[in-house]
Amino acid sequence: MNFRKMAIFQAREWLRRSFSTVYSHPFCVCIVGSGPAGFYTAEKILKRHQGAQVDIIDRLPTPFGLVRSGVAPDHPETKIVINQFSRVAHHDRCSFFGNVTLGSSISLSELRYLYHVVVLAYGAESDRSLGIPGENLTGIHSAREFVWWYNGHPDCKNLDPDLKSTDTAVILGQGNVALDAARILLRPTKELATTDIAEHALAALEKSTIRKVYLVGRRGPAQSACTAKELREVLGISHVDVHIQASDLHKTMADEEEMKNNRIQRRVYELLSKATTITPSNAGSGQRELHFVFFRKPDCFLESDDKSGCVSGINFEKTVLKSVGPGRQIAVGTGQFEDLRCGMVLKSIGYKSVPVHGLPFDHQKGVVLNIRGRVLSDASGDPTLYEEGLYVCGWLKRGPTGIIATNLYCAEETVASISEDLEQGVFTTSSSLPKPGTEGLLQLLYNRNVRVVPFIGWENIDSEEKKLGSLRNKPREKLTTWDELLEATLK
Amino acid sequence: MLSSRLVRVGACLAKELYRGKFVSMFRSGYIQRPHYKHLHNLQSSTRVCPDTIIQRYRYLSTTPTTNASEEGSEEKEMISVTFVDKDGEENHIKVPIGMSMLEAAHQNDIELEGACEGSLACSTCHVIVMDMEYYNKLEEPADEENDMLDLAFGLTETSRLGCQVIAKPELDGIRLAIPAATRNFAVDGYVPKPH
Ligand SMILES: Cc1cc2nc3c(=O)[nH]c(=O)nc-3n(C[C@H](O)[C@H](O)[C@H](O)COP(=O)(O)OP(=O)(O)OC[C@H]3O[C@@H](n4cnc5c(N)ncnc54)[C@H](O)[C@@H]3O)c2cc1C
Ligand SMILES: NC(=O)c1ccc[n+]([C@@H]2O[C@H](COP(=O)([O-])OP(=O)(O)OC[C@H]3O[C@@H](n4cnc5c(N)ncnc54)[C@H](OP(=O)(O)O)[C@@H]3O)[C@@H](O)[C@H]2O)c1
Repeated sequence: MNFRKMAIFQAREWLRRSFSTVYSHPFCVCIVGSGPAGFYTAEKILKRHQGAQVDIIDRLPTPFGLVRSGVAPDHPETKIVINQFSRVAHHDRCSFFGNVTLGSSISLSELRYLYHVVVLAYGAESDRSLGIPGENLTGIHSAREFVWWYNGHPDCKNLDPDLKSTDTAVILGQGNVALDAARILLRPTKELATTDIAEHALAALEKSTIRKVYLVGRRGPAQSACTAKELREVLGISHVDVHIQASDLHKTMADEEEMKNNRIQRRVYELLSKATTITPSNAGSGQRELHFVFFRKPDCFLESDDKSGCVSGINFEKTVLKSVGPGRQIAVGTGQFEDLRCGMVLKSIGYKSVPVHGLPFDHQKGVVLNIRGRVLSDASGDPTLYEEGLYVCGWLKRGPTGIIATNLYCAEETVASISEDLEQGVFTTSSSLPKPGTEGLLQLLYNRNVRVVPFIGWENIDSEEKKLGSLRNKPREKLTTWDELLEATLK
Repeated sequence: MLSSRLVRVGACLAKELYRGKFVSMFRSGYIQRPHYKHLHNLQSSTRVCPDTIIQRYRYLSTTPTTNASEEGSEEKEMISVTFVDKDGEENHIKVPIGMSMLEAAHQNDIELEGACEGSLACSTCHVIVMDMEYYNKLEEPADEENDMLDLAFGLTETSRLGCQVIAKPELDGIRLAIPAATRNFAVDGYVPKPH
């Protein structure tokens, strides 16, 4: 009997014995996705259920989801939450198994067979599309890919956006992701050089010829989706002139009404108006420009005459706002169009979740059908049609909005649903029986030759990255290929 | 390569094995480990404080209440602070002058989130000052704090970030409520009806 078989045998023995005690068997929970939603869910389950064993799987060898691959490199303070998540991962009753993909390494039905409860928290790894002509032209990327690229996500290392053929980039959307992307494009690279930005991105940005960035929104400054901190930051980048048309700041009654009830919108609007009154310095060459453009919705992308297949601009339709219920206005086209020339476009109009086989999914909203985290079998909302033992949390549950802390409250709600269901014996049949749990998972993954990366494997990556970073005066140098990452887990 | 993988899987299993035992032995009376015990050690080194509130009060030394420290050897200036948790339960603690309410909560095992550990990059240590009178004794929040308060859940007129409220003599007797999680969190920084 080799070591592994022996270990499995012994594990089985322990589990068998623990089942036969007067206490019930361990409550086996699997969380899919190790972003904020996954970790906050784990933390709350561990706290509330002393008999719970929580396994967190992630498709990457690295944990923490968008805290690692989304949060901007120049926001190290935001990433401090990783300390808290790491403490959860070190909890005696918690395990992390990286490099395990729901949908390919293991199916949803297999996971549900192995665990009493499965919580899906695998985020939103696709993009909303505009559905307008020319969307596939070269030079157009989703902000998600661009962000993954500069944050060293192994799936986008080779994105290689061309930053050298144009002086103008247009970012569609005015949310915080759009502002992050604009800041990365405009910020002096020497300021980025001491962050954990991926080396390939830093090198490309150092050679970038992009001098003008347009942030284009289909609505007005009173409806911007960004928040004050991000806006303040982008307005304050050194050597950047900010351009906002004063006429766009005109407030209607409906705008006033909208802002009255929304502190964020109010403060964002104030910042934008202040920025408008500061006249650009008109400093000569070298000065970069950031343009906020409002009331424009993209109608089609224009193809370059001399570089076939490449984007050369965007045709926008001007918009006006129309009230649709109290405090809510939408953009409607006016039939007037105008072109904006550019050589690069980032679509930052929102992320979208992807379904896995066997999961009830609302394709319109791009979320899993659920009521307070309980997955519904279909859209009828009939509570008798819950999927037993299946829950959802985070962006997959609510859609792709909200900050890290939003997922804390989201996890609280999902875990409350799980606890209620346990107490009310909703899934008595399955929960009273022992489940294979961790042991079953590892056995199955082993049989499939899946190379599981435990938390210690990530910690090896972590030390390697920090070591490489210290040579370059960076907090870490991210490993950006699957091979490098997996290699580093073994050190 | 293969063998090292086996060892890894084996090690994982061994860890699980230990846990199986652990769970079955302790299930009846498992004693919860304090979660944030060691957090406060990180506080002072990681705090990036764009405004000067902290510096300003850290060195203030007028004397409101002087409590003998637990060891009884040194005299330390402390103020009384009451935290009212989500369930309305009260926690009375003594906080040394100069210490933030976030640090104080964690030192006393009071459940106050602190995702960014006091670096003004999140809003999870949101507390509500229960008496306007005390709220008015605090410096106005800086822009940076307001930016974070924008995103706080269940914001009120006397909301502050726990990491930015620093114990000073005038605050002796302050009561701070930890807001209950609001149900409506579907949007960024849900804000309840304005006052
Ligand atoms: C660019 C960007 C910047 C942001 N910056 C900030 C910020 O500065 N501050 C802030 O508060 N919030 C920020 N946010 C918001 C914050 O990141 C999100 O609210 C949060 O990460 C959502 O958490 P989640 O756990 O639902 O998803 P994610 O964080 O995306 O985690 C999902 C996890 O699931 C894994 N996964 C995906 N598919 C599978 C699969 N099939 N099998 C197994 N695992 C899978 C992924 O690898 C990932 O680890 C930012 C978001 C973006 C997009
Ligand atoms: N520092 C931080 O705290 C930070 C950083 C990054 C991200 N985040 C958070 O992460 C979440 C996701 O951010 P996000 O920027 O991806 O999303 P977002 O905030 O929802 O912004 C999406 C933007 O795209 C626009 N848009 C959507 N569909 C469009 C269409 N068909 N045509 C034109 N424009 C369209 C929206 O305009 P409309 O308003 O008109 O729909 C909006 O400006 C947000 O909650 C954000 O706050 C936080």
